[in-house]
Amino acid sequence: MAPLVPSQEELQRRRIIGINAETVTNIPSTDFPGHWPGESHGWALDEFKDNFQVEFHRNERFEASFSLIGLDAAVANAFRRILMAEIPTIAIEDCFIHNNTSVIQDEVLASRLGLIPLKGSIEGINWMHWFKKASEDGTEEEDGPCDFNTIVLHLDVECYKNEYADKDEQDPRKLYTNAHVYAKDLMYMPVGRQEQYFVGDGAIAPVNPDILIAKLRPGQKIEMELHCQKGIGADHAKFSPVATASYRLLPDIKIERPIIGDDAKKFAKCFPKGVIGLEPVTSEEAAQPGSGYEGHAGEQKAVVKDAFNDTVSRECLRHEEFQGKVKLGRVRDHFIFNVESTGQFESDMLFLEAVKVMKLKCNRWKRGLTDLMG
Amino acid sequence: MPGSVHSQDLDQSMVDAEQPVEPQSNDPILEERQIVVLPGATETAASFQFEGEGHTMGNALRYAIMKNPAVEFCGYTIPHPSDPKMNVRIQTNGMSRYFLVVRNGRMFTDCLALDTTTALEALEKGFNDLMDLCDVVTEKFTASRDQFNAESGNRMEA
Repeated sequence: MAPLVPSQEELQRRRIIGINAETVTNIPSTDFPGHWPGESHGWALDEFKDNFQVEFHRNERFEASFSLIGLDAAVANAFRRILMAEIPTIAIEDCFIHNNTSVIQDEVLASRLGLIPLKGSIEGINWMHWFKKASEDGTEEEDGPCDFNTIVLHLDVECYKNEYADKDEQDPRKLYTNAHVYAKDLMYMPVGRQEQYFVGDGAIAPVNPDILIAKLRPGQKIEMELHCQKGIGADHAKFSPVATASYRLLPDIKIERPIIGDDAKKFAKCFPKGVIGLEPVTSEEAAQPGSGYEGHAGEQKAVVKDAFNDTVSRECLRHEEFQGKVKLGRVRDHFIFNVESTGQFESDMLFLEAVKVMKLKCNRWKRGLTDLMG
Repeated sequence: MPGSVHSQDLDQSMVDAEQPVEPQSNDPILEERQIVVLPGATETAASFQFEGEGHTMGNALRYAIMKNPAVEFCGYTIPHPSDPKMNVRIQTNGMSRYFLVVRNGRMFTDCLALDTTTALEALEKGFNDLMDLCDVVTEKFTASRDQFNAESGNRMEA
């Protein structure tokens, strides 16, 4: 018996999550075998390949926006979670403070330094290994720092008076040298094979050189050795390669009965600019009995121009005159991703990296299965 | 730890430390963690416990396994939020999954001749399907990005 194939309208109906004034409807996915009698819905790679689409909206170095269409929320969410928490990056992990006479306390300074995003050759970062920490129960010893697991930065700044400064000068940055300590003062010291990987543009450096680390006054001094290690966002947010990684579902607006004249103008105002447009009612529409446009030829009617930019504020549902005329919803399988990189990796690359991590995880767990099978 | 790692000569602290052996694998999560089959499992119904896993794989895996027609039930849970463990329950086709078919006026149960899928097989297929999915996503994403970059490059030149 060949499986039933639902009609296009039915499939379209299932794709829309209903958004009402106080409730949401049609929430869970139902595309599973056994849910709809007679329909198949089993996993078919070819079918997925045919239906899955990617559309790019923006692709800048550190910010990308794209739509993934034809995916289930479970998978889209896995990609988003991996983006935030499971892509490895380099960050300052251990601070050795030789001298700190600034007003900022050691522990606060260390915590600030950790959060500075660092960039470096991606090849080099991939080559780097994890720094194995000692286990809490003391059974495993920690690895010593080595060229393949630790990157060393130095911060040596001393503030002193600028003798050539104007007598009436008020700005401490001109009055003193090194009054402000910036991220660009972090000096990278390549060790061992790091010299091959982190050279030229690939050298380890802060992404934003102008991050203010501390303020000094003459006679104050900071001397530190900073050890950077590889880590993931799940361990500490400083390792997260993204500033934000989020998705939203494509909004869907259906005008079910005509909205004409002043109502149309008011209706358009319920949405962000450009979402609802006004068009004159054509004479054909007005001539059609039962269309709701009879006798309104030439008047303005509301039409959906661009639902993409809607915020789904549900404002239109609060007004008496639009009751039953409009249906709001979101498309279940259209995910509009927004990925903003902290600057270590390009944002489109980050997403590919997330997919790679996902595959790697599957592969590793699958390998673990062979033990169970034996 | 700080005192022991650091010595007077800064560069020496890197070179002279007892050289750890460079590990072979460079996977994002280092230890090989285990999957445990929870007690009470049968061939076609079992609960698997994943150590160190969360909603990320849990929900995606649940989706992939539920897409398998031989699977009757699949669900995942994180029994306690401060315990880094994730359980997946899989039940595959028992009798209730078989359809009654009328052929030549007689009733038959369809599918009986098929081998039943074990819970373990369903889990493995889940992983395989997810990996296939990842490949398709990568492929389509790269194609779409390259096309977009080419087009926006053209626009800038124009």
